[in-house]
Amino acid sequence: MIHSPYIRKPASVQSVMLAVLLALLPGVTAYVMQVAAVVVVNLLIATVTALVAEALILTLRKRPIAPALSDLSAVVTAWLVVLCFPPILPWWVTVLGVLIAIVAVKHLYGGLGQNPFNPAMVAYCAMIVAFPSLMSQWPPAGQIDFQTQLDLVLGGARQLDAITGATALDAMRTGLRTSGASVESVLQQSGTFGAVGGRGWEWLALGYLAGGLFMLARRIITWHMPVAFIATLAVVSGIFWLAEPAHFAPPLFHLASGGAMLAAFFIVTDPVSGATTPRGKLIFAAGIAVIAYLIRVFGAFPEGIAFAVLLMNLCVPLIDMKTQPAVFGHRGSRP
Amino acid sequence: MIARLFSFHGGIKPDSHKNESSSLPIAAAPLPPRLTIPLRQSVRSVARCLVAPGQRVLKGERIGAGEGPLGTDVHASTSGTVVGLAPCAMAHASGLNTLAVIIEPDGKDEWIERRAFDHHAVPREAALRYLSTCGIVGMGGAGFPTHIKLGNGRGIETLIINGAECEPWITCDDRLMRERAAEILSGAAILHELIGARRTLVGIEDNKPEAIRAMREAATGFPGLVDIVAIPTRYPAGGEKQLIRVLTGIEIAHGKLGTEFGVQCFNVGTAQAVHRAIHHGEPLVSRVVTLTGNVRHPGNYEVLVGTPVETLLALAAPKPDTDRYLMGGPMMGITIADLSVPIGKTSNCIIAASPALFPPPPPELPCIRCGACARACPADLQPFELYWFSRAKNVGKAQEYHLFDCIECGSCAFVCPSHIPLVDYFRFSKSEIWARERELKTSDQARERFEFRNYRQEREKEEKAAKLAAKAAETRAKLTGSAAPTDAATGDDPKKALIAAALARAKQQAAAIEPRNTDTPHAGVPGASPGIASRREQPDLHDSDATS
Ligand code: SF4
Ligand code: SF4
Repeated sequence: MIHSPYIRKPASVQSVMLAVLLALLPGVTAYVMQVAAVVVVNLLIATVTALVAEALILTLRKRPIAPALSDLSAVVTAWLVVLCFPPILPWWVTVLGVLIAIVAVKHLYGGLGQNPFNPAMVAYCAMIVAFPSLMSQWPPAGQIDFQTQLDLVLGGARQLDAITGATALDAMRTGLRTSGASVESVLQQSGTFGAVGGRGWEWLALGYLAGGLFMLARRIITWHMPVAFIATLAVVSGIFWLAEPAHFAPPLFHLASGGAMLAAFFIVTDPVSGATTPRGKLIFAAGIAVIAYLIRVFGAFPEGIAFAVLLMNLCVPLIDMKTQPAVFGHRGSRP
Repeated sequence: MIARLFSFHGGIKPDSHKNESSSLPIAAAPLPPRLTIPLRQSVRSVARCLVAPGQRVLKGERIGAGEGPLGTDVHASTSGTVVGLAPCAMAHASGLNTLAVIIEPDGKDEWIERRAFDHHAVPREAALRYLSTCGIVGMGGAGFPTHIKLGNGRGIETLIINGAECEPWITCDDRLMRERAAEILSGAAILHELIGARRTLVGIEDNKPEAIRAMREAATGFPGLVDIVAIPTRYPAGGEKQLIRVLTGIEIAHGKLGTEFGVQCFNVGTAQAVHRAIHHGEPLVSRVVTLTGNVRHPGNYEVLVGTPVETLLALAAPKPDTDRYLMGGPMMGITIADLSVPIGKTSNCIIAASPALFPPPPPELPCIRCGACARACPADLQPFELYWFSRAKNVGKAQEYHLFDCIECGSCAFVCPSHIPLVDYFRFSKSEIWARERELKTSDQARERFEFRNYRQEREKEEKAAKLAAKAAETRAKLTGSAAPTDAATGDDPKKALIAAALARAKQQAAAIEPRNTDTPHAGVPGASPGIASRREQPDLHDSDATS
């Protein structure tokens, strides 16, 4: 028998995921216009891979396929994998990344809602460890034509050094390691930088920010994680920058470069693998920001968000447990 | 005027569907061919039957005498003949049966002699007793006897009259406030006096502007008595604890009563019933019921207690595709299993449901931990954690996460994008815990009985031995010629001591077993340690029913 409540909000996992995909569109548009139009091809490859993989593994697990495919969660995962991978990867790296995310991270842990780790971030970490050189090829904005991008993705010749450049984070990092260099001089030397972050990539940051605000307005995410992540990244980088402006890049640079904005609204906020209590969300996102900054500046990789997310994923059960909100009436009366 | 309102966490805004019936004035429902008046009118007690079949009764005549402190009297709701006593189904989720008096109305609707009751002329206790003989119980929720809620006349600072009516579809309180505002406030004045309140507040959701206007107008006739407060429309603002929170900022914890915090809450219908009882000498024999949903003629009716739902439904003309009926609102109401159930003092609304109006929920998907449920929960719970523990049958953990603070308002299930029937899981866990407790109690009793039998056997053995020894001593004494006069008494003493010891031990054991159904986890519940981790460890939980 059906019990109360007899009415439900017309919300569904599908509508939530659809909203996330919509929210990614401004960022994707900026990506296509500013950096590499080939990302559309990658998204297509990843989407097909994700759906096929999901269907296959559901068949293996003897589960109904249609509801899981139509909930669009696999598509969201696939898109996030693509958006945090370099755009001119050979197609099979993308496929591999998506397979890791869907098959290993999502389904081997029990399917939707069960994975303790962020699938896209596991895929990123696995691939950067397995294929470090491929995973560090980022195209300089607006310098490779679409045909070449397509050739690179679909298996054309690789002309690595001739066409790939460093990301802003990478350039800053290697630049600062040459003796005598300061943030100032590095910024002037290279054409990699735009106004505040990587040239062209700054627009992506704006696009993701716009999408994030849309999700906030639609109540798909709460403010806690983006605010805690952005604020912490700004504060930590601000402290270093204020202490030694010549050797540490300013906060705005950190926020506008690499995957900071994508992470703030789309990666850190993954509900399944993140903390869930209001205070827990703040701690979780702030922790990611701190670790990511430390890895970016002092670690072995130019970008540290993926590792930071996985490390904090490990802490989620503890964070959630220690931050349970006070239950109604257990706070003592406050007239 | 109230300086500011407070707010409670969470809450939802479902479509109100009040327009269907809110413009329709209260009309008297015609006399049904038969009335079935349950002798259980306030949940916690059954009245003793005072009538026999064949007897003629008048409207308002006592047909049941309330028993115990929580009992209230039961009255005939119209004049007629008692034609039988029979068990009847109650409109209760449990589907409980209870004894009912069946009355065939004579059509005259002839009242007993009605006399106003001067509550100023008698001691307070007498006034409370009078309310209980008038059968006054809370008409908003559980039907708790009003005379009990009025307490001891001290310590209640704030009296709250609940006119929030936050459930969708229901408009009976709205109409009552629009049409009988003065009676409600007159009742509020009586309650105010009896409870010894310093101030009285009426909370009404701001989606009922006419009711607010009518009540404010009527309030001018009771200068300085009440503040009519418009509160934001947000389900479940009419929940007693939520309303108290909104109006006073006080949070009543689970298991605590408003009285402990100096507030008490009564429904507008109850206030009106108090007015009718005191100023008109009328016991509570009817109430306003909203008929709405998938019907041709929705409306609000003054319905005699005991009117079977099926006779009432004819007034509304349900449409042919109606597939079931709900009693109460769509958020917390129940499906009526048997349409012969009578309208009781707490039956506020009958909704005809159709698949179009209340579509069956889409299939349940796994929880994506989106937190929407936690954002909606007015009790600040983490419903998805409770869901996880309930699913894993880890009821101890569920209790630790405050399962018993859940008021089953349904907000969480309403918002869940995975369409998980969260409240059903919580009801299940609660019933599990109650069952275990009952089991524990029975096994405790069994053990006590067993232990007592052992003591008795032991005692009898020792008594025998003592008797034998006494006899032997007697014989010895006879033989030696010197009697031992104290021996007879000592045979008794060890016996008494043994019984006392046994009883003391049993008592101690009983005291050592702590009640499990409490708001806060007791010391026996293992600490909040690896609990949440367990959710990660059971990837295959969904195998069982996610496929359905
Ligand atoms: S709303 Fe539903 S899916 Fe979201 S966390 Fe709660 S139970 Fe899980
Ligand atoms: S039903 Fe219980 S858990 Fe769900 S929102 Fe209401 S109080 Fe919270």
